[in-house]
Amino acid sequence: MIIDVNFVGLIIASIMASAVPLILASCGELITERSGVLNLGVEGMMIIGAISGFALMTVTGNLIIAVFGAMLAGVLISTIFAFLTQTLITNHVATGLALTIFGIGISAMIGKNFVGIPGKEFPILFESLKDTIPLLSPILFGHSIVFYFAFALPFITSYFLKKTKIGLIVRAVGDSPESASNQGINVKLVRYACILYGGAMCGLAGAYLSMIYTPQWIENMTGGRGWIALALVVFSTWNPIKILIGAMIFGGLTIIQFHMQAVGVRIPVQFLTALPYIVTIIVLVVISRDSRKIRLSTPSSLGKSFYKDN
Amino acid sequence: MHKLFIRSFVSSLVFLFTLTVAAVAKDVKAAFVYIGPTGDHGWTYQHDVGRKAVEAAGFKTTYVEGVPESADAERVLRQLANSGHDVIFTTSFGYMNPTNKVAKEFPNVKFEHATGYKREHPNVATYAARFYEGRAILGTIAGSMTKSNVIGYVASFPIPEVIRGINSFTLAAQKVNPNIKTKIVWAFTWYDPGKEAEAAKALIDQGADIIAQHTDSTAIVQIAEKAGVYAFGQASDMDKFAPKAVLTSVENNWGPYYVERVKAVANGTWNQKDTWHGIGDGMVVISDLDSAIPSNVRSKVKKLQADLASGKVHAFTGPIYDQKGNLMVAEGKTADDGMLAGMMTYVKGVEGDIPK
Repeated sequence: MIIDVNFVGLIIASIMASAVPLILASCGELITERSGVLNLGVEGMMIIGAISGFALMTVTGNLIIAVFGAMLAGVLISTIFAFLTQTLITNHVATGLALTIFGIGISAMIGKNFVGIPGKEFPILFESLKDTIPLLSPILFGHSIVFYFAFALPFITSYFLKKTKIGLIVRAVGDSPESASNQGINVKLVRYACILYGGAMCGLAGAYLSMIYTPQWIENMTGGRGWIALALVVFSTWNPIKILIGAMIFGGLTIIQFHMQAVGVRIPVQFLTALPYIVTIIVLVVISRDSRKIRLSTPSSLGKSFYKDN
Repeated sequence: MHKLFIRSFVSSLVFLFTLTVAAVAKDVKAAFVYIGPTGDHGWTYQHDVGRKAVEAAGFKTTYVEGVPESADAERVLRQLANSGHDVIFTTSFGYMNPTNKVAKEFPNVKFEHATGYKREHPNVATYAARFYEGRAILGTIAGSMTKSNVIGYVASFPIPEVIRGINSFTLAAQKVNPNIKTKIVWAFTWYDPGKEAEAAKALIDQGADIIAQHTDSTAIVQIAEKAGVYAFGQASDMDKFAPKAVLTSVENNWGPYYVERVKAVANGTWNQKDTWHGIGDGMVVISDLDSAIPSNVRSKVKKLQADLASGKVHAFTGPIYDQKGNLMVAEGKTADDGMLAGMMTYVKGVEGDIPK
């Protein structure tokens, strides 16, 4: 392998680009879960975001409409989930699974007419600075706005949960909805908001795939990334910074195993393909083994329905 | 007693009705069973384009998409055969046993199985395309146009169809440029745009300046376009996804075969056979050559295309050696269809091992 600094920079940039959808979806789901709601519909919301973003971009040609439209689509589909689980008090797991199946089906239906259409180019920022600093410039410059947002999001999420009053309320609702409710917090409202926010982030993650990463629409194009995002939330023990680490390891190993194949490293390919999953889990389990901290950050009422007698 | 009478009366009415309908409906109905969604813009999409050609020729068609290669396939086939379809096309290798099993139960329904080799009953025919001929064309272009002498190849699964394509591509590329190396990356997916893009990126970072693919999505040609390297389209003409990068595409063209076979069913001339068509019969189509291809390469390609079509040239003509230098095909000989169908070794010049 040719080891030169710019080459390493390019690889790191590819790894970061592949981690973006995981970070967005995981951070969205993290907020949902911290409020005590387990939404297994991440894959479904992502795919809805992917088709909505792509379709709006193709039809209107307007970036802002497409990106926000994809987020709105994520919000709309998660509203169904919120209504079912919060208002009609259905089971979180079953409803979330249904949401995924529904999302994959409806996106395929909407997407029928968008197969085989090339996506439009998405503008990138700081392109002129791309060759200025060795190693760093391919990492720092020449990416889409969604890319920068994704890498800021774990820190914003962390700050939001730890330092803001609303973050405290979200955590309180997730840990003990009864006590929160007794304090006068509208549990249902908070959970609705967190579910819809999760939907918006998953929609954005899907739109990143269909509009920026691989600008095209084909059925099932999220390819299980929603499930990986979901797993990242749990294995990171609901810590946004660890989500970032997990997503980078996962994306990194996926890309590095391709490089190892191309170089001709004599390790069975099947093992290389499985490597990202194995290593991500091991690393996250190891860095999160402090059981006291796990207890602190795990939303104790995760997946439990809350209903108040009125 | 009374109830029983009504029930048998109703059922005989239903039976009569079915008979009448069967007698009236002489139109041939064709059914298609797909492994993937029609929206994959690859394998299944191209079969569906073929189905639409059948529809355009005036026949009724139905299709079932996303049918797993398991007991589900049998159920779907039985149901299609039961619901008045005269000919059923099963378009994936894994439908081989279900197709033959159900064909036995419905001797009056014709079955056409793609890419398989079992024809256990007189009503089962098989068909496939010689895509390796198209890959020989791509290899010729790649060998002539590479500057780094490293050609990247994103492969899906280690099965003879894919290995055959890699070999045919490499042999043709070596013929015009003995110094080239083909680097293979296995994505272990038929389509996952994200993964395919990552595989292509890795190959480009490793010095490949032309990327070939045996996966279905258009992600790879898009990545090539961004990186400023060349690529080839797969299954359909992918030029509009990457106008600068795509030099040409190998298109799967099932329509003519499907129309011919459905017409044969309608005329009563359908017979069991094994079809393996290539460029000559139009089942494998080479898209327009990009203007970036210099005229001397262009004429070489045109000549090869004509020779492959006429049968004057075979893509696997000896001497062919495997990676260890053992003779696979002797000088002056060509690989027979049996060898091609079971090809599981790389030829010399391909890097790496086939995943076991």
